[in-house]
This record gives sequence, C-alpha cells and structure tokens, in this order.
Amino acid sequence: MAKPKWFVRRRIGIGVRPVSWQGWLITVIAVAAAITGYVIFKKTAGDVAIVCVAVVYLLVAVASGGTKRATLGSGVVGDSPASTGQVDVAFTHADAPTYDSQTPREIAEAIVTQSGRFAGQSEAGYASSDAVIVVDHLTKQFGERVAFRDVSFSVNRGEVFGFLGPNGAGKTSTVRTLSTLVTPTSGSASVAGIDLTPRNGFEIRQRIAVMTELPGLYLRLTVTENLEFFAGLYGFRNAQARIDRALEAVNLTSRAGDLSGSLSKGLRQRVGLARALLNDPEIIFLDEPTAGLDPVASLEVHDLINALRAKGVTVFLTTHRLDEAEKLCDRVAILNTTLRTVGHIDDLRQRMFRKGIVVTTALPLANPDAVFNSVASVESWTSDAGNYVITVNDVRAAAPEVTRALVRAGADVLSIVESRHSLEEVYLELVGATEKGGDQ
Amino acid sequence: MSLSSTRIRAVIRKEFREYRRNRFIIYTMATLPIFFIALPVIELFNISATSGASIVRTQVDVTMLLMLVIPVVLPATVAAYSVIGERDQGTLEPLLTTPISREEFLLGKSLAATIPSVGMAYLFFLVLVVAVRIASPSVVVHAVWKPSWFVAEVLFAPLLAAWSVWVGTAISARSSDVRVAQQLGTLASLPALVLPLLMALQVFQPTVTTAIVLALSLAIIDVGAWRVVSLMFDRERLITGNRAVSMRIDAPS
Repeated sequence: MAKPKWFVRRRIGIGVRPVSWQGWLITVIAVAAAITGYVIFKKTAGDVAIVCVAVVYLLVAVASGGTKRATLGSGVVGDSPASTGQVDVAFTHADAPTYDSQTPREIAEAIVTQSGRFAGQSEAGYASSDAVIVVDHLTKQFGERVAFRDVSFSVNRGEVFGFLGPNGAGKTSTVRTLSTLVTPTSGSASVAGIDLTPRNGFEIRQRIAVMTELPGLYLRLTVTENLEFFAGLYGFRNAQARIDRALEAVNLTSRAGDLSGSLSKGLRQRVGLARALLNDPEIIFLDEPTAGLDPVASLEVHDLINALRAKGVTVFLTTHRLDEAEKLCDRVAILNTTLRTVGHIDDLRQRMFRKGIVVTTALPLANPDAVFNSVASVESWTSDAGNYVITVNDVRAAAPEVTRALVRAGADVLSIVESRHSLEEVYLELVGATEKGGDQ
Repeated sequence: MSLSSTRIRAVIRKEFREYRRNRFIIYTMATLPIFFIALPVIELFNISATSGASIVRTQVDVTMLLMLVIPVVLPATVAAYSVIGERDQGTLEPLLTTPISREEFLLGKSLAATIPSVGMAYLFFLVLVVAVRIASPSVVVHAVWKPSWFVAEVLFAPLLAAWSVWVGTAISARSSDVRVAQQLGTLASLPALVLPLLMALQVFQPTVTTAIVLALSLAIIDVGAWRVVSLMFDRERLITGNRAVSMRIDAPS
C-alpha cells in the first residue's frame, strides 16, 4: 500500500488539507509559529511574521502534496506525468509475485513479462528485425584525440550485441555517447527509436539502463537503499516490489540489508546489475558484466542476459571475454577506433577463414599428397601437429570424399571434423591486422 | 523546465542517509558552530546591567553576526564535496545515465546541504535568545529581542546557506581534487557575509524593512547562482574531463 500524501491540494484554488499525521503536525507547528511570531513582533512586524509562516507552510504543502488531487488508499501513487513523462507501474505488495524455487532465468523472464512493456512480445522478441540502435558515421574526438571515428552499425530489438575491441579502442566512449553522457563530434544516431540530439537526452535515458564497469555504489548505503535511490531517480515513488524483483533476479535478496561497502567485488557487480533492471529498460548497456564474478555467478548473469533477450530487451554487451561474447552474442562488432567488422559470428568466421576439415590419423600418412589431391573438392592441405588441415570448397560435400580417400589409402582414421575458428581467432585476426597495418 | 519532486527527494534522502552514517559530518555539524560563537556568547553573558548602551549594542551585533556565520560555514564543506565526491567514488557516471536533469540533481544536493545547516543555525539561535531571555539583564534582552534580528536570522540563514552551497557546488563541479574544492568552497562562501556585516556595522540600519530588502536581493542572487551552476554542470566534462564541443545532451527545457 502506498503512503498517502501529506497534503492534498485541489486542482482549482490553493486549498490545502492535511491527510496524515505528518500533515497535521506541520499544520499545528505552522499555526503555533504564526501565533508566536505575531505575539513577539506584534508592534513592528506581526503581519510579516504571519505571512512568512504562511508562505513556508504553503511551500511545504505544495512540495509534499504534489500537483494533483490524490486518491487515498489507491495503492499506487505515480509521479506526475507532467514532470516525468513516465507512469509508475510499481506493484502493491499483494500483487508482488513470489519467486521461490525459480532459476535466475525464470525470474528475469518474470520481471520483463510483468513490467507490461514487453507483454505480447515474447513471440516477436528476437525474431523482430526493427533496429533500436542505429549509428550512422558517428565520430567522437576529445580535442585532437580520436576516441572513435566514422562508426556505423545497427542493433535490433531483442538482440544481444557484443561490442569488442582492445583497450583504448573507443568502446566505452561509444557507450557513453549512446547513453547521452558525451556528445558526438559528428554523425548521427538513434537510441530506442529516439534521435540522439541534445533535447532528447532525457527521453533516451528513461528507456535505457547502463551498468558501468565499476558498479559505482554508495558504500555507506545498504543494497536496498542504493536501489531505492536509483528507483527514485527514475521517478518511481513506491518501488519496493520493483527492488525486490531486481534483487531476486540477481540472487541478492538475502543481502538486501547489508551495507554495500561490506560486499565483495562480485556482489557489488550483482547490485549494479540489479540497478540496471529497475526501470525495465528497452536497452541495457552492460560494460563487463561478469568481471569479478565467480563461474556460477557468471552463468547466472548469462542466463539473465538470455532471458532478457528472449523477452525483447536489447543488450549491448561490452566485454573482453571472447568466450562470453561467443556464447551470448547474436552479433558482434569489433572496434579499434574505427569499426573493423560487424556481423554474426559464424558469418565472420566464414568471411575471414576458408572452410576446412581436420583429419586425425593414428599414424602419419605415407603419401598425403596423393590422398588429398585425388579429391576434387580439396583446394589445399597442411599438416599441423599430427593433424591434417584440409581447405575445401564445401565441407558437406568434401567430408565423405576425403573419408573414402583415406580408407582407400589404408589410413587408420581417428577423427574427421570440420575446422572451427573461434571468435578469439577472428578477433585476433582483425585487431592484429589493424595493429600491423596501423589505424587506417 | 519541469522539475520532478520525486527525483529531488530521492537525492535528498540519499544524502541524508550518507550524512547519518558519516560521523565526520555529524560531529562537524554539531561542534563547529560552538567554536564560532562560544566566545562572543560568553562575552554577551558577561555584560552587566550597568554596562553602557554602546558596549551592549556592539557585543550583541558581533554575536548576532556570528550566528549568521553558522549557515555559511556549515554547508560549504559538504557542498564542495557534492559533485567531485560523487566522481571520486565512481557513482557519478551511473547517476548521470538516469533521467535526472542537472537542475534536479543540483537542487537535491543543495537542499540536502542547506536543510541541516539552517536547522543547526536556527537551533543555536533559539538556544541563544532563550538563554538571553532567562539569564541576561534586561538591557541585553532588549538589544537581542529585536524583530530585526529575528527577521534577519529567519531570512538570512537559508539564503546565506544557499549561497554558500551554490558557490561550493560550482567549485566542486569544476575541481579535480576534493581537498582543493573544500578549501576553495569555504573561502568563496565568506563574501556572502558582507550584507549582514553591513547591517551589523550600521552601514544599513538593521530594520525589518532593510532586512527584507537585503534578503530579497540575496534570494535573487541565489536563484541566479542556481542557474549559473546548472549551466556550468557539464556531463561530458564531469565524466571525461573534456568540455562538450558541439552540444550538450540533457533534459528538455
């Protein structure tokens, strides 16, 4: 149940009437102050004293009573839409769901479903191809130093988009630009369908959440108090149920009352994640979300990210962990001041590396040239640590032919597998090429 | 420009919680005023019933002036820490990615610094005037219990505190070191005492009208200071140390 306002002010006129003990207390104090002031300054400034008290009283009343006539006991008191443009969708405790025996993924799914914003999108979700971030020839310079230059890409709704690059590549500057913290030098962009312009910063920040690399918690406040503060900044007046859900999602309910300063780095990271879930964002920017987390906690974060994606939340993931990017991201972009590449990881592999088969035999082949050159689809081959790496046009067509050729040659075949290049190889290939070739 | 009371209240509540858990702030708020006013108050209570009118008036003027030093000095250190402190502990960037506007952020910060300082100033003033009423000779009571002093205290305490806060916040928004910001903040807030000083030195007659006119002037200066400090509050500069070149992205005005 939401607390009633201290005062209710009528829409027409300035009538103020207290509706709770706080309001009555302030009223009694104001009347007493007015009488005292009048008695003390009766001869010289009794009227001024009364006016001063009345002004202070009205200011307190207006400040604490809002600008609308409140409905007592309604259970939900949202912020003034005129001032925030946002509707408070906080649940009453009676409506608050319970999450007993649920995995973090299930809990995160529950969060985005119950928010209402993503209701009905679970089917569309990831399949939707509408872009929620569009970056067009964006450049940011700090004086003479170029943070990133001429960057263009788009991110679709419900996509987990990996943003990779070496230190100093401009990843953080890009995130700061898209989250309206810094201003681009040239180019254009839209975030959550809103143009990135000076006047739209407020609207954009309402629809996004950013988890910075350092969680940035107030160490003298408890976990709940930290979240209460940020819920307030998003304009939510009764956010306890929202906070409870966010804490459940990151498995921190049991530490809700602990001072943030007493938490380990990993736990602080989780609080930062909970904070990013508070406003049910359309887009979450996560900067190294699993840095400092143990493997189990990292898996929980991965589950959370997957659940958010499934419900249509776009995740912009900046990470140095290429295995994490490979596991989570639908597409990745590799930045090194300029954008090196962007696309699906499989497409990048195919684009950068020739298709191939890796053959392992019990003993080295007597005449591998004769074996492999007899297969039409084989383009070339090399020997690598007892394995034969064969470059082919089409893996599915070549594999049976290579197998038959090996059997004909009497080879003891241990395995024949498609050679698969990791994202790390793609990354190193791109970034390594950049560093060798300079910043083109 | 629309201000959200929810966001401003969130900042104030957070600041109060941090103050409450910071013994240094609590002890400073509780003890600093005592150092400023102890001696003049003792002198005031040493005045006998046979003392000359000029002696009484001088002593009362000095004491009352020092009562106005409290709301100037108390919030200066806190205000000087307000922005650069957030940056130092890494909380500024997450905060600035929320929809809070710079005006709301600064107003919340300033109110959180002003309210306890003004409260302490009023408390010390109240204790002083009641003690004078009870324990001092009537000549002192008449000199202290003048409407002009009450009006001056009621009006000037919040206005001087606000001035001190805005100066401290402006310095905090542009400093790179907490200690420098706090020292400069305290120093830069002192000129605000010129107005009550002029009253105490009888350059202006300390009448109710004078007090109200001067208070209105100070109020206008405070509002102007708020706007100036808001304009100085550059998200990009605070985060990266570089000034935004082409445009600033902020709440629509």
